[in-house]
Amino acid sequence: MSAEKMGTVEYIQHHLQNASVCSADNINATTGLCEGFWTFNMDTIIVSFLLGALMIFVSARLGKQLETGKPGGFQNFVESILDFVATNVRDAFPGHNPLIAPLALTIFIWVWLMNFMDLIPVDLVPWLYQLIIGDPHAHLKIVPTTDLNTSLAMAVTVFALILYYNIKIKGLGGFLKMFLFHPFGKFFIPVNVVMTFIEEISKPLSLALRLFGNLFAGELVFLLIALIGGTLAVGAAALFWAPLQILLDFGWLVFHLLVITLQAFIFMVLTIVYLGMAHDEGH
Amino acid sequence: MSINATLLIQIIAFVLLIWFVNKVLWGPLSKLMEDRQKKIADGLSAAEKGKHELELAEQRAKEVLKDAKSQAQNILGLAEKRGSEIVEDAKVKAAEEADRIKASAHAEIEQEVSRAREELRKEVAALVVSGAEKILNKEVDAAAHNNMLEALVKSI
Repeated sequence: MSAEKMGTVEYIQHHLQNASVCSADNINATTGLCEGFWTFNMDTIIVSFLLGALMIFVSARLGKQLETGKPGGFQNFVESILDFVATNVRDAFPGHNPLIAPLALTIFIWVWLMNFMDLIPVDLVPWLYQLIIGDPHAHLKIVPTTDLNTSLAMAVTVFALILYYNIKIKGLGGFLKMFLFHPFGKFFIPVNVVMTFIEEISKPLSLALRLFGNLFAGELVFLLIALIGGTLAVGAAALFWAPLQILLDFGWLVFHLLVITLQAFIFMVLTIVYLGMAHDEGH
Repeated sequence: MSINATLLIQIIAFVLLIWFVNKVLWGPLSKLMEDRQKKIADGLSAAEKGKHELELAEQRAKEVLKDAKSQAQNILGLAEKRGSEIVEDAKVKAAEEADRIKASAHAEIEQEVSRAREELRKEVAALVVSGAEKILNKEVDAAAHNNMLEALVKSI
């Protein structure tokens, strides 16, 4: 494994580096890494696209053989997820909007699938990838949600919807009024603007940073556990460290199973709640 | 780890995915689930209705049975009455017939008796005449004494 040839810091840094593509002008001469805005993290893009495609493929396959009378095992499973999402939407969302439920479902399943990539052993896929392309220093990060771009992309999209519905439901005047006279009345307009701005901007930020932070930290812990058996133990000492690594890995894996589900769920529920607030006339 | 153009691609992917999920998963499946809910509710209400109807039918059947029973009872009573009537009638007729037969037999006997008496009378008259002839040794003029003989015969 590549970890044995590197220092601990290098190992972790290497693992947290995306496989990026950019134009030649943007490559840093000393580090050889991409810089600037016009960089594409190909691993993030490809893995998230593949997972999205998987969702569509499985849905389309399932959609062709839907059974009204006696649904099979997989349909039951998907139906229970659907029901779960629908219940959450009903509970947290006032009124009716046909977009909210599919949006919540997409977030829940897609985020969960992307988070799930975290449970694949941290070195396995990068190692295979390096083996295939023949470059032992190639970068690969297979958890799209540990890339801030992914979580921020979803948060920004949700934020755009929040703004859209705020203006649609309350009207442009009502939206401006919310900025000017909320929460302290008309004598504190500058304060109100700042307060409301912070309140609104904190929504996408909290969505994006919570998911990113949790998954990034989770990935880091996996890397640290991987180091126990890797760089710390050489020779006979591995007999002691390897079982410990397996034990810790298993424990963190089980805990992480909860974390990835919880994070997907929180992202979904907060999206529903924020959009519900945007629909709330009296706010 | 920094924000870059990946963000734009991910936004597009996210929006497309929402659209697709709505089209291929949420739309058809939620419609199907709604349909099934409706179907189940319809089935349950139909079953409820059927149960109610069954109860009604049972009640109706009971009433019909009761009616039939009472009617049968009626018919039975009527038949019994009619039967006893017929028997009574037959008895009366038989008695009448017996009376008639008895009466005709009486009449016949009476007739027979009176005829026998007449015959006897005639024979007695003839006997008396012949006896008297013998006694008198003399021809009695039967015609001349007819009246007397007649009276005599009658007194026998």
